[in-house]
Amino acid sequence: MTDVHVRSYAGRTALVVDDDPDVLEQIRLFLERLGFRVLTGESQAEGEALIEGPAPDLCVFDLMMENHDSGFVLAHRLKKKHPLTPVILVTGVAHETGYAFDAATAEMRRWVKADAVLDKDIRFEQLAAEIARLVKE
Amino acid sequence: MTVETLKVLVVDDEPGMRQGAARVLSRHAQSLPDLDVEVRFAVETAADAAEALARLEAGPWDLLLLDYKLPDRTGLEVLDEIRTRGLDVVTVMVTAYASLEVAVSATKNGAFDFLAKPFTPDELKSVVEKAARTVLAHRRALALAEEKRQVRFQFIRVLAHELKAPLGVVDSYLRMVQDRALGDELAAYDRPVERALARLDGMRRMIVDLLDLTRLESGQKSRDLAAVDVVEEARGGLEGVTAAAAARGIALALHAPDALPMRADRGELGIVFNNLLTNAVKYNRDGGRIDLTLRPRDGGGAVIEVRDTGLGMAAADVARLFGEFVRIKNEQTKGIEGTGLGLSILRKLAELYGGEVAVASEPGVGTTFTVSLADAPEGTQP
Repeated sequence: MTDVHVRSYAGRTALVVDDDPDVLEQIRLFLERLGFRVLTGESQAEGEALIEGPAPDLCVFDLMMENHDSGFVLAHRLKKKHPLTPVILVTGVAHETGYAFDAATAEMRRWVKADAVLDKDIRFEQLAAEIARLVKE
Repeated sequence: MTVETLKVLVVDDEPGMRQGAARVLSRHAQSLPDLDVEVRFAVETAADAAEALARLEAGPWDLLLLDYKLPDRTGLEVLDEIRTRGLDVVTVMVTAYASLEVAVSATKNGAFDFLAKPFTPDELKSVVEKAARTVLAHRRALALAEEKRQVRFQFIRVLAHELKAPLGVVDSYLRMVQDRALGDELAAYDRPVERALARLDGMRRMIVDLLDLTRLESGQKSRDLAAVDVVEEARGGLEGVTAAAAARGIALALHAPDALPMRADRGELGIVFNNLLTNAVKYNRDGGRIDLTLRPRDGGGAVIEVRDTGLGMAAADVARLFGEFVRIKNEQTKGIEGTGLGLSILRKLAELYGGEVAVASEPGVGTTFTVSLADAPEGTQP
C-alpha cells in the first residue's frame, strides 16, 4: 500500500458492495485513505438501491452475494444508468470453479459489464493501480 | 416412464438366424415397470468371430448374442478374447449343443446367460429381458458413482472457497498493520486485530465441524454407547448457551420429564443440543424465547423439540437448509456467523440413530426443529 503513487481522489465518490463485512470494511478504509467518500452496501439488494442515487466515480462489486451472479447484475444495472462510471468486480470464484473470465478483451467486456476483475485476495496495490487507470483525473 | 435403448450385436453365421433375432428385437419394446423404464433395442449383426470382435472393439455395446459355433472360432474363444481385451458387454451364448460342459466353461469365461437353438421369439425376449435388467443396473450404478464423485468435487470446491475467504480477510488485516495503514495510534488497530481473530476462530470452528462430519460419514468415530439421561444432556446444552442468550435477553425454558433414558453416545447428544440451541439463539430476536421440549419416542429413544421466536424462514429457504455450507442470507441474517455445516451434522447424527430432523418455520414468527432419535441398538460398537 505504501508504494502507490499518491494521487488524491478527494471529492470523488466510490460505491462498494460486498457481503463479507470485513472485506467491505477493508476496501472502505483503503478508498477513504485515497480520498474517496465511500458508500457501502452489504447485499445485491442494497447495491441496487445505491445505484439509483447520483452517479459515483467508481464502483467495486463483489461477484457472489445472495445470488451467484449478483456482481454481474449490479455491474449491468450500473452501466445502464451511469455508463461512464468504471466498475471493478471482485471475485474469489474464478480459481475454485475454473469458471474463468476477465475484462481484458472487448469481447469479455461485452457481457461482463466491468472494466476490471480482481481476485478476492485483494492486493491493494493492484486495486490502486486499477483505480488510477480507470478514474480520470 | 423413460425409454432406454440398448445396443445389441447378434453374431451368427446363419443369415436366417441372425436376421430373425435382429427382427424380433428391433420390433420389441420391453417394458420394465419396476424400473420405470421401457427398453428398446438397436440391433446390428455380424457373421463370424473376426467381424464380431472388430465391431465390439469399435463399441460400446450393451448386449451380445453370441452363437457358439462360428466358422472361424468357437463362442468360448470369442468370450476369452472379450475378457482379454477388457470389453464391457453382457453376453448371451446361443448354442444348439446345450451341453452342461459348454455351459460351465462359458459361465467361467463371463457369459451371462444361455439360449438354446432353436428358440422362439418369446424365449429370446425372455432371455434378453434378464440381460437388459443387468445392463440397466450396471448403467445406474455407474451414473450413481459419477454423481457421488461430482458431489464430492463440489463439496471440496465450496470448502476451498469457504476457507480461502477468511484467509484473504486475515491477510489484508495483517497487511494493514504491517503498513501502518491506520496511522501510528496503536488503538486504531484494535478493530482489525479483533476481526482477524474472529475470522480465524470461524475457520477453526469450520475445521472442527468438518472433522465431525467426516467422522460421522466414514463411521470411524468410536462411539461410546451407554444408557444416557437425555434430560441431563439437555441441561448441559442449555448451560452452554446461557451466556449468549442472556446477552440478548432471550429466555430459555426446558419442558421435560424428570428423566428420559436412552441408549446413546453422550458426545453425540451434546453435538445435537449444541447445534439446535446455538441456532435458536443466533436466529432469535432480542428478548425472544427458546422452548426445549423432550419426550419419549414411541418404540424407544427420545424426541427433542427446540422452538424459537426468531426470524423464521420462507419455505424455499427451508428446502435448502440442510445442504452443506448453506447459510440463509438476507437482510436479517447478515452479521450472523456460522460454518453452514451444523445442520448437515445434525442430520447425519439423526440418521445414525435411525431418526430424522423435521423443520417447521414461519417468517417473522419462529422456527421449530424436531429431532427424533431411536435407541442405538445393543451390541453396536462400530
